[in-house]
Formats: sequence, structure tokens, C-alpha cells
Amino acid sequence: MIEIQNVHKSFGQLEVLKGIDLTVQKGEVVTVIGGSGSGKSTLLTCINGLEPIDKGKILVDGTEVHAKTTNLNKLRQKIGIVFQQWNAFPHLTVLENVTLAPRKVLGIGKAEAEAIAEKQLKHVGLGEKLSTYPTRLSGGQQQRMAIARALAMSPDYMLFDEVTSALDPQLVGEVLETLKMLAEEGMTMICVTHEMAFARDVSDRVAYFHKGIMAEIGAPDQLFNDPQHPETRKFLASVR
Amino acid sequence: MFGYTFQWNQALARLPKMLDGAAVTMEVAVLSMLIGIALAVLLTLLRLSGSRPLKAIATTWVEIARNTPALFQIYMAHFGVASFGIHFSPFTSLLIGITFNNAGYLAENFRGALKAIPDTQTRAGRSLGMSQLQAFRYIILPQMLRIAFLPMTNQMVWAVLMTSLGVTVGMNSDLYGVTQDLNALTFRTFELFAIAAVIFYIITKIITLGARLIASRLFRY
Repeated sequence: MIEIQNVHKSFGQLEVLKGIDLTVQKGEVVTVIGGSGSGKSTLLTCINGLEPIDKGKILVDGTEVHAKTTNLNKLRQKIGIVFQQWNAFPHLTVLENVTLAPRKVLGIGKAEAEAIAEKQLKHVGLGEKLSTYPTRLSGGQQQRMAIARALAMSPDYMLFDEVTSALDPQLVGEVLETLKMLAEEGMTMICVTHEMAFARDVSDRVAYFHKGIMAEIGAPDQLFNDPQHPETRKFLASVR
Repeated sequence: MFGYTFQWNQALARLPKMLDGAAVTMEVAVLSMLIGIALAVLLTLLRLSGSRPLKAIATTWVEIARNTPALFQIYMAHFGVASFGIHFSPFTSLLIGITFNNAGYLAENFRGALKAIPDTQTRAGRSLGMSQLQAFRYIILPQMLRIAFLPMTNQMVWAVLMTSLGVTVGMNSDLYGVTQDLNALTFRTFELFAIAAVIFYIITKIITLGARLIASRLFRY
């Protein structure tokens, strides 16, 4: 379970999160929508401790992420994150990209790590590309590789930060299909996205962020068909 | 021509001795590169560190190495430190001087290479549970070495050529030192130094061609 309690976060003078409260249960898929600068991406990087927070706390399975005593490297093993820019490691093959962390972080042997990686890469449809270097892949393929790379650590939670925003439109579909598949398999996910149809399809709940505040959260049907907050209404009207 | 009679045979008879010298030259150059690369990685890390004194040490090193003559650096490693009662053999002094120079130039190359690698690479590594050091070792360092590979090759060539400065601190077992001693014995100045120049040329050519071969094997992406 991920518990976000009254989280505040500023970059210099700019407060990007102004007291966020959100609890995500095991097996739940929560999507976060909202305009640019609403703080939704920042929230994800706070959850796995890549960014410090100024106030409040975040608990992952009861462990406080930003407590000084928390072993972040250990904690991150169970929280996978995939970024808008997929950040493939260019000097490693697709297979090596995926086996690196299991081998070096978890200390798994080469053969076993490769078996895990192969399974995950097949899962995302890259079974034919094991010995290819990432620069030879399309953006969509690189993004799916990044997803397999995160999954190879067998995380309990997956965070997706606008994973389709940097892709050519014709490549968005394949990545969303992969996310959909994960959701159906019961992965606990928080997805920040601009893809409204996707949010409506896969989410258990959809949250709308506006200027650092979670203006509204609810089941997709309710949020998209009967938004309560005036800002949600305005936003949805603008993206329709 | 100009009353000088070439006597190549006399000079060529000394070729085995000169090749022994070339082996010593290679030994100094290779050692100075290996230690230099390790020190350059260390200097790069110091310059990235948050500590002001560590940064200052690294920056001073790089500044001196790049902005003073290599001859001065080798001289200081021999006669300079001797003023404080520290005595090194010519071989050691030459090695220290060239290594100092290599480390400084390479550290600057590495810094440039690091700048070319986006921060998000480290971030991606950290998000997979890697420590800062693991992310550097497995993700940043290999990419950095690739970008810096060509400048490293140049520095290796430069290291070979810099060994000729060893004569100023009494080095006489390297290619240049051997040649100078043979010259004093035989006075076949032009022939001997022409042969030495050809050997230097062949060594550096082998280095650049070898590096190209290694690069094509190592960097497949």
C-alpha cells in the first residue's frame, strides 16, 4: 500500500505540491491527469525518493520513504518507475539493459537474470530484439524495454510518468497496450498520463491535479462523466 | 652532399640496442597511461564531489598539467623534489612526470565526456535500486570511456613521444636515451636519430591503428 500524507514540495520559490493526500491499495490502478505544472510528475519521483519532500510523509508498505533511516536503494527495488524519456542505457544490448540491475543490485547469477529478462522482454513483445542495441529501436520499443527493465526487478508497484508523451503518435498504442496488460495482471500502478481514453479504460480511480492540489479523485465513470470540481470540468472540456 | 658521408650500416648495427630502448619507452608509456587513467577517473570524481578542498586539489592538478611544459613536470619530479631530499631514479621520475601530465589531460577529457551524458542516465540507474557508485560504475563510466576513447589514444601517442624528455633527468635506457648514448660513441648523428624517428613513428602508428581496431570491437553501439 502506498500512503501519501499531506505532502508538500517546492522547487525554490515555486510550490509544486501543496498538501497531497492519496492512498493506493495493493492491486489498484490509479491514473493522474492534469495540466502541465500541476505537480503530477513530481509526485511520482517523490514516491520512490528520487526527490526529497518538504512536509508530510509517504509510506510504502509502512516504510517511510523520506525517513533518514530508510534504505532507499532497497526500497526502490520494489517500486519500478518508467519515465517520459525512457533512458535506455545505450552501451548495453536490450538484454543487458534488463539484466543489469537484477545482477548488480539483487546479485542474481547471469543465467538466471537472463532468463528473467527474456521472459519480461517477451512479455512486452521484444523477444526478437535481445541482442540489439537500443539506438536501433524505435521510441516505442525503447519505452517497452524500459518497462521490461523495471519489471525484471519484480517490483510490487509500478509508477509511469507520462510514458507516451515523447512518442510519435503511431507508437503510443503499443506502449498503452503494454500498460493495459500489466493492469489486467493485477500490478499496482500509478500512471501519470495525458491519454484520457486510456485513463478511462484501465483505472480503478482517476485523480485530477490542478496547481499542486488534488482537486478531485473518483472512479473513471464519475470523474469523466460527472466531474464535481469546476477545474476538472474546465480541464476535461479543453482536452475533449 | 655537404661533405657528410652516410654510414647506415654502422647505425643499423645498433638497431637491436635501439629496439631494447623502444621496449623501455613502451613500458614507461603504457604504465603512465594505466596509472594516468586511474588517477584521471579519481580526479574526475573529486571534481564532481561537493567538497571544496578536494575540488581545489583536483583543479590545481589539471591546471598545472595542462598549462605548463611537460619538460617542467618531469624536471620537478626529479630535481625539484630532490631539493627536499626525495630522490627518484630517472625511470621513476620520468614515469611520475608523464603520469602527472596524462592524468591532468585525461581528467579534462573525462569531464567533457561526462557532460555529454545526460543526468537522466544516473537517475534511471538509481531508480532501479543502484547506489550512486554502482550507477557510475555500470552506466556512466562505460559511456564516458567511449566518448573519451579517441582523446585517450592521442594522449597515449603523446606519452610515447614525451619519454624523449627523459634524457634531461639522466634517463638513458629508453629509445631516445639509447640513441643519444650511441651518438656519443659513434657520431652517426643523422643516421641514428633518423632511425629513432622511424621507430617512434612506427610505434605511434601501431597505437592509433590498434586503438581503431579495439574501438570497433568494443563499441558496437
